[in-house]
Amino acid sequence: MLSMLRTLWIVFRHAFRRRVTYQYPEQPVPLPPRWRGRIILTRDPDGGERCVACHLCAVACPVDCIALQATEDEHGRRYPEFFRINFSRCIFCGYCEEACPTYAIQLIPDFEMGEYNRQNLVYEKEHLLIDGPGKYAGYNYYRVAGVSIGGKGKGEAENEAPPVDVRSLQL
Amino acid sequence: MATIYVDNKPYVVNEGRNLLQVCLSLGFNLPYFCWHPALGSVGACRQCAVKQFKDEKDKRGKIVMACMTPAAEGVRIAVDDEEARQFRETVIEWLMANHPHDCPVCDEGGECHLQDMTVMTGHNYRKYRFPKRTYQNQYLGPFINHEMNRCIQCYRCVRFYQDYAGGQDLGVFAAHDRVYFGRHKDGVLENEFSGNLVELCPTGVFTDKTLKGHYTRAWDLQTAPSVCVHCGVGCNTTPGERYGLLRRIHNRFNHDVNGYFLCDRGRYGYEFVNGERRVRTPLLKRDGALGPVTRAEALTEIGKVLSGPAVLLGIGSPRASIESNFALRELVGPDRFYDGVSARERQLLSAMLSTLRAPGVHSPSLREVGEADAVFVLGENLAEVAPMIALQVRQAVYRSTVPMGERLGIPAWHDSAIREAIQGRHGPLYLATVTGDKLADVATRSWCAAPDDLARLGFAVAHCIDPTAPSVSDLSEELPGLAKEIAGALRSAQRPLIVSGPSCGSLAVVQAAANVAISLSAAGAQHAALCYDAPECNSFGPALLDGHGLDEALQAAKSGSVYAAIVLENDLYRRADRAAVDAFLEGAEQVVVIDHTVHDTTKRADVVLPAATFAEGDGTLVNNEGRAQRFVQVFKAQGDVQESWRWLGELSRTAPSNGAWQNLDHICTRIAETAPALGEIARVAPAATARFLAQRIPRQAHRYSGRTAIGAHVNVHEPALPEDPDSPMAFSMEGFPSTCSSALTSAYWAPGWNSVQALNKFQAEVGGPLRVGNAGVRLWEVAEGHDHKYFEVIPPAFQSREKEHLAVPLHHIFGSEELSVLSPSVAERAPASYVAVNFRDAEALQITDGENVQLVLDGIPYRLPVRILPDLPSGVVGLPSGLPEMSWVKLPGWGKIVKEVPA
Ligand code: SF4
Ligand code: SF4
Ligand code: SF4
Ligand code: SF4
Ligand code: FES
Repeated sequence: MLSMLRTLWIVFRHAFRRRVTYQYPEQPVPLPPRWRGRIILTRDPDGGERCVACHLCAVACPVDCIALQATEDEHGRRYPEFFRINFSRCIFCGYCEEACPTYAIQLIPDFEMGEYNRQNLVYEKEHLLIDGPGKYAGYNYYRVAGVSIGGKGKGEAENEAPPVDVRSLQL
Repeated sequence: MATIYVDNKPYVVNEGRNLLQVCLSLGFNLPYFCWHPALGSVGACRQCAVKQFKDEKDKRGKIVMACMTPAAEGVRIAVDDEEARQFRETVIEWLMANHPHDCPVCDEGGECHLQDMTVMTGHNYRKYRFPKRTYQNQYLGPFINHEMNRCIQCYRCVRFYQDYAGGQDLGVFAAHDRVYFGRHKDGVLENEFSGNLVELCPTGVFTDKTLKGHYTRAWDLQTAPSVCVHCGVGCNTTPGERYGLLRRIHNRFNHDVNGYFLCDRGRYGYEFVNGERRVRTPLLKRDGALGPVTRAEALTEIGKVLSGPAVLLGIGSPRASIESNFALRELVGPDRFYDGVSARERQLLSAMLSTLRAPGVHSPSLREVGEADAVFVLGENLAEVAPMIALQVRQAVYRSTVPMGERLGIPAWHDSAIREAIQGRHGPLYLATVTGDKLADVATRSWCAAPDDLARLGFAVAHCIDPTAPSVSDLSEELPGLAKEIAGALRSAQRPLIVSGPSCGSLAVVQAAANVAISLSAAGAQHAALCYDAPECNSFGPALLDGHGLDEALQAAKSGSVYAAIVLENDLYRRADRAAVDAFLEGAEQVVVIDHTVHDTTKRADVVLPAATFAEGDGTLVNNEGRAQRFVQVFKAQGDVQESWRWLGELSRTAPSNGAWQNLDHICTRIAETAPALGEIARVAPAATARFLAQRIPRQAHRYSGRTAIGAHVNVHEPALPEDPDSPMAFSMEGFPSTCSSALTSAYWAPGWNSVQALNKFQAEVGGPLRVGNAGVRLWEVAEGHDHKYFEVIPPAFQSREKEHLAVPLHHIFGSEELSVLSPSVAERAPASYVAVNFRDAEALQITDGENVQLVLDGIPYRLPVRILPDLPSGVVGLPSGLPEMSWVKLPGWGKIVKEVPA
C-alpha cells in the first residue's frame, strides 16, 4: 500500500519536471558533433576527390556494405570509378572512417535516411560525394604521398628532396 | 642432421642450411628481405639478425645475420633476445626513413612483405623528420610498373633478373644512399621472366601493370587453383577475379613444376578471358549471319542434325581439357573422334608420346630439369617455346658448378660467394638449334643448323654413347668431334638430360633425341632423362584418347558422304591448309563450334556454343611431362557460358547416347573406365563431395570485402550463392580454408604473413615441397627394363638448293600462341611478321634488312619484310610461327624468295 502511494507520488512529481521529449520531426534533434550518421565522401582543399580507392574502408567494414573500383586519371591520380554503400546493411559503426588514410570517408550527424523502398538505401558516389573537405579541412593526401600526379612531380611533395641524379657516378 | 639451440631449446635441423631458413622452417617469425629460397643468401638487408652465443656459459653473445650463418651442430642462438629484437626494429626504421607515404595508392598494399615485416618488428612510428630521398621512375614496357621511391635496396630484383633468369637489362646504378634499380634508360624489360619481379620484390617498386589497369586488392580477389594454358609445361597458377573480370595471374607454388616462378606469357596472357572476342551467348547462323539465340534454340537446331542421317565428326583440341575431348569422343564415337592437330604435329606428338612411355626412358618433372648436371638441347629454342624449361636449364648449368664452390668450403646457399668462386663458369650445356638461342650465354657450345643436320648430330651422339645405335655416315667436318664431346659430357654426368621437342617440325629431331636417351639408358646411365616440350597445354590429352588425324576428317569433304562436324575449342585454320578447311566446313550439313573466342572457324559455323575458359570452368590438362593437373573454376561466367564438356553432355542427352554425366566427377569416372591411359584422372584432385570439417573450401579470402554491396545497385537483396557441383570449393568467403590438398589451394595466408611469402608456413622446409604434397598426378612412371629399339631412319645431310630455301618455323614467346596474343599487353610485345634470312643468302639474293620480298610457299605468295638473322644456316629461312596474320603455313617446306621490283 505504502509503496503504491509512493509510486503514484513519484509519477505525479514528474509532471512538473523539465520535458526531455523532443517533438521530432517538428522540432529538430540536437546532435553531438561526433554523432555517427550518414556517410559522405569529401574533397581535399584543392577540390580534388579525397578518396584514393585504397579499399581499406571496404575491408574494415564488418558488414561488407562498401564496394568500389579503383581507376586512375591520365596523370596517375587514383580515385574510385564507382563507390557504393548499401545503407540498408550499414550499422554506422564508423570503422570505415577510422580505417580511411585520407580522411575521405566521414560519418556526419545526419540520420534522416528513412526510405519506403529499401533499394533507395543504396548510395552511389554521386550521392556520397560532397563539395568540401568536412573534418580535417587542411589535409591533402596527395601532397604527402610519394606518387606523382598531375601538377605534382617527383620530389615535389611535402618534405621531399629533389629526385636523385642516378648518373652522378658517370663522367 | 644437426642439433641447434634456439632460445635455449634444442631442435634437430637439416645441416648445410643457413639459420634463417632453419628458423623459418621451424616456424619462428624472423623478419627478412634479401634472402629467398630460390635465390639463396647475400646478407644485403641486415634484417634477419639473431644473437649467437659461443656456448651455454656465454651470456653476452653477438649479433649475426641468420641468413649468413650456417646451421652447424651445436649452434646456440636467440631469436627472442631484446638486443636482437631492437636491432631488427632499428633496421626497419632505417629502411622506412625514406619510404614514401604510399600504402593507400600502392598496388603492393595488402600483400606487402615490407608491411608484414614492419608490423612484425614492431616499428610503429616514424621519428625521421628530414626530407625524403626521391627517384624518377622508368617506363619498363607493358608488363611492369616502376615506382622506385619504395625501394629498400634488398637487391632481390637484380639477383633474380641477372643471376637467376639471365637478363641483361636491369641493374643497379649510383652509390650509397642513392642506389637505383632499373634500366640504363627507359624501355621494355627484355627478359621473358620480368613478371616475377612483381612477386619477388618485397615492396611496391615493381608491380603488375595489367592489374593496375583494373586494380583490385589481393584480399578482394576470388581465386581458385589453376593451370597455365599458354604452353605445354603446365605451370600452376592462381588467377584472381573480381566483379566478373579476371584481374591477374599469380604463381601457385608447385615444387615439382614451376616452383616460385612463371614466364611472362603465362602471367600476362590472361586478358583474352576479358577480351572483346569472347563468345558470350549461343550464336546461330540465319540468312548467312550469326546472331545470338537462346540456348534452347541452339540446342534444338543441333538436335535436328544429331537425330538426322548425317555422320557426326568430332574434332577435338589440344587446348581443350581432357574432359571436353572425352565428352566429344563419347558423343561422336571413338571412330569419328579426331585429335584436331595438323598431320605433322600429330606425327611428332605420337613419336614423343610413345618414346616417353617406353621402358627405360624417364620423363623428368620441371624441377628435375633444373637438377640435371649435363644438358643437351636438340632443336628447341627453349626461351621461346617453353620458357620455364629454359629457366630450369639455366639453373641446371649453374647448380652443377655449386660443388666447385663447396669444395672451397662455401655452403650452397651462400649464393654471392659461390658465384664469386666459380667466376662465371657453368656446367655442360650443348645447344643444337636452328637459330641462335637465349641460353647461348651459358652454353658450352652452341651450334646452328638445318633440322636434318640437327637430327644427324643427335643420331651421331647416340652412336658415340652406344655403338649399337645406328651410325651416321659422312658427317661434315666439325660434327664428329662435337658429337664425341657431347656424348662424353652426357656419359660422365650423374643426371644427364636431353631436351627436345616438336618446334622445328622435324620428326628426325624428335627421334634423334629419343635415340640419345635410349643410348644413355642402354649404356647404364641410372638417372638419364628425356624432356620433350609440348606445344599446347593439353597436347598429349587428345593423343592419349587415341584420336584420329585431322586430315582424315578433312578428307570427308571429298568423300561425298553426308556429314556434320562438331569442332571443339579449335580454330581449324591454324591447323591445316585454308582451302581444305574451307571445303570441309562448306561440305558439312552443319558445323557446330564450341569455343570461347571468335576466330575464323567460328565465323563459318552454323551454331556456336559459348565455352568456358580455364577461369570459368573445371577440367584436367596433361603437360609435357605426362602430369595430369586440374584447373578449378575461378568464377561463374555470366549467361550461358559453360564448360565444353557440359555442352557436349547436354547434346548427348538430346541424342541417344550414354554420356549422362552431370558433373566433373561423373565424367572423370567414365574416363577412367574407358581410357586406360587416363586411369588416374580421378585422383588428380579431391572429388566434389569432399568436405573439410564438414565445409567447403572458400574461394574468397576471409577479408573479402563488399559482399553486401557488390550487386546492391541491381538488387538490394543479396542473391543466393552459386552452386559448384564440380569441386569442393565454394564461391564464398565462408567455409573452412583448408590447405590439406594442394590441388585445391590457391592462396596461402598465415597470421602476420599477407604476402606471397606466407607460403613458408606451408612447406615442410622453406623452399621445399608443400607439406601436403604437390598437385598433379603423373600418368606414367618410368617402366623397368630397357627398350633398345632405336629409330633407324637417319635423314641425309641438308643440301641447300639453288633457287629455293627451306622455310622453318621460328617461335616467339609473345605472338606464337593463339590465346595469349589476344591480351593487349602480350600483343604489344609480339613481332610483326617477317621472313628471316642469313647474311650470305641475303647478299646472294641482293636483299637488305627491312626490305619487302615475296616468299612463295606451296604456291601461296606471302609479302614480308626481311629480317637478317646471322645465326640462321645458309639455305634456310625462318618464318614466325602462329602469328595472327599468318596462322597456318605448312612448315618446314621449300619456298622461293622473289625480290620485289619497285613499281
Ligand atoms: S559505418 Fe561501419 S557498417 Fe557502415 S559502412 Fe562504415 S564500416 Fe561499414
Ligand atoms: S578508405 Fe578512404 S581512401 Fe580508401 S577507399 Fe575508403 S574512402 Fe577511399
Ligand atoms: S611498398 Fe608496401 S609498405 Fe611501401 S607503400 Fe607499398 S604497400 Fe606500403
Ligand atoms: S626494387 Fe624491390 S627487389 Fe629491388 S632492391 Fe628495391 S625493394 Fe629490393
Ligand atoms: S635476409 Fe639476412 S641479411 Fe637479408
